[in-house]
Amino acid sequence: MDLKEWFASRQKRKELQENIKQPLTTEEYCALWTQCFQCRELLYTKDLRANLQVCPKCQYHFRVGALDRIDQMADAGSFVELDAVMTSTDPLKFFDTEAYAKRQQEACRKSGLKEAVVTGIAAINGQPVALGAMDFGHFGGSMGSVVGEKVTRLAEEATSNRIPLIVVSSSGGARMQEGILSLMQMAKTSSALKTYHEAGGLYISILAEPTFGGVTASFAMLGDLVIAEPGARIGFAGRRVIEQTIRQKLPADFQTAEYLLKHGQVDMVVERANLKDRLSRIISYHDLSRTGPAGEPANGTVKSGQLTK
Amino acid sequence: MMATNEKKIIPLEFEQPLAVLAQQIEALERQLGDNPDLEGDIDRLQEQYTQLKKSLYVNLRPIDHLAIARHSQRPYSRDYFAIWDPGFIELHGDRTGADDEAMVGGLLTLGGIKMVAVGTQKGRSLREKQACNFGMPQPEGYRKALRLFRHADKFGLPILTLIDTPGAYPGLSAEEHNQAQAIAENLFELSGLTVPVVAVVTGEGGSGGALAIGVANRILMLEHSVYSVISPEGCASILWRSNDKVSDACQAMKMTAREILQLGVIDQVIDEPLGGAHHDYQLAASNLACAVVKQMTGLMKMSKEEVRRDRQNKFRNFGAFTEV
Repeated sequence: MDLKEWFASRQKRKELQENIKQPLTTEEYCALWTQCFQCRELLYTKDLRANLQVCPKCQYHFRVGALDRIDQMADAGSFVELDAVMTSTDPLKFFDTEAYAKRQQEACRKSGLKEAVVTGIAAINGQPVALGAMDFGHFGGSMGSVVGEKVTRLAEEATSNRIPLIVVSSSGGARMQEGILSLMQMAKTSSALKTYHEAGGLYISILAEPTFGGVTASFAMLGDLVIAEPGARIGFAGRRVIEQTIRQKLPADFQTAEYLLKHGQVDMVVERANLKDRLSRIISYHDLSRTGPAGEPANGTVKSGQLTK
Repeated sequence: MMATNEKKIIPLEFEQPLAVLAQQIEALERQLGDNPDLEGDIDRLQEQYTQLKKSLYVNLRPIDHLAIARHSQRPYSRDYFAIWDPGFIELHGDRTGADDEAMVGGLLTLGGIKMVAVGTQKGRSLREKQACNFGMPQPEGYRKALRLFRHADKFGLPILTLIDTPGAYPGLSAEEHNQAQAIAENLFELSGLTVPVVAVVTGEGGSGGALAIGVANRILMLEHSVYSVISPEGCASILWRSNDKVSDACQAMKMTAREILQLGVIDQVIDEPLGGAHHDYQLAASNLACAVVKQMTGLMKMSKEEVRRDRQNKFRNFGAFTEV
């Protein structure tokens, strides 16, 4: 090494060190740490993710994006997405303080998704299922034409393949920017579920923080079985609207998963860590080859887990 | 019951110029006895009044339609049922603990067709309004409607629903009794019925609370009625964060009968008497009856399976998206 090289490498080392010493920007720091909304504990984001976005201290269940949710539930590498490129066409040319088209772009940039639901076929402990997961981080998880269409097609896919249907809901309700067409998605999805139901399908609806409005009042509440995540807020009308209407204070736990359980509205509240296993066990009780008009009569000889025709 | 023809009609805000003119005419008419020369003036004003009335209702803004749809003298479901069929047999209760007065239903004969009719009901007097919860059904109301739909399906009776509601009731007990599930189940069951269903929005079509009795083979709207995914007040407060942007919200949501017809969601817009249904109950009721009977007659020619598939296909096609 000659003197010139030595100086050059010393310079490089110095630059490198300076780079390292630079403090994190606020944004970087915030991304590194997450404060628990409930117990205020400061959690290392990586650890939180590894713990399925559940606070290890107080068990607070953070919201989960659609892709993470699928990762948590589906067997590794089993998920095959359906209708990945579907996008809304802004039928009303809606404009409030900003054009809907622009708001959509913004939502996509924030969430990294095309729409508020991701659907596909997956396996849960080897059992094939039609799986959909909503993403509250995309446009408040709101249901417009695309969400309605994708959920409908997922139900149709489950019908034609005779496999269980699982949808994880997390939504503020119908999307106002598509007006009456959003409202009609409630009927469209419910109608597809009716057909699936009559064909003898098993639909498990999972309600995650938060599930409200037109989504609750359609496919989210139509499960053969309904499971809620701990602490998730679930309802039809929002808390503020109700308080303004009835002018009285509501119970603190009003519209939480536990409150719904108490009032007979959900079958069970399941911690995220146990969700996949619980789903798998539930599915094993429901043999779809014995249900629906084409189902064979029960004779006790059908193997469990035999779901496809 | 109604008799609004004799009753004084309360003018709406946008109708004020008309009301002022009417007052002037009235004042001149009172003086007519003392001063016969005024006759010419009265004629002129009358002419002006007719012109103004005609032009006023041609270019209504969406918020004006909303005002007519919400007019306190607008005919409600019970008014229509009573005009159509004095022998209407009302059926009560959800069979599980309540009879929600915001939802009225029963056996009705219209144009010779025997059917099950269900409609939301707003009250007229304050006492009635409270009893009907201002037309906002509780889950019990939707379950009552569902019971009647199943009854109709069992006996092959076609179903008519009249929709005029600000929405499903947002309240503590409504949530505890699972308002969302009650609505969802109606959407679910209505889509599977094998009898014809005709739904008419007669006033306000407020969100999921309206759709819960609106999954029909044919959806009709009265000329000044509105139908929207959320109340314009709710939309304005969420998207504009302001209570005085209701007019903009009405405009943006495309909630009037003609706009929704253009979007392909409804099948027909039914004309109302000039100024709105509250100006002439009889005419409004007969216009509505004609349209309903015509649609129903067509649907009754279909087989059970065809009727059901017709309804499912109709809703299957709603939505605007691309796949590129």
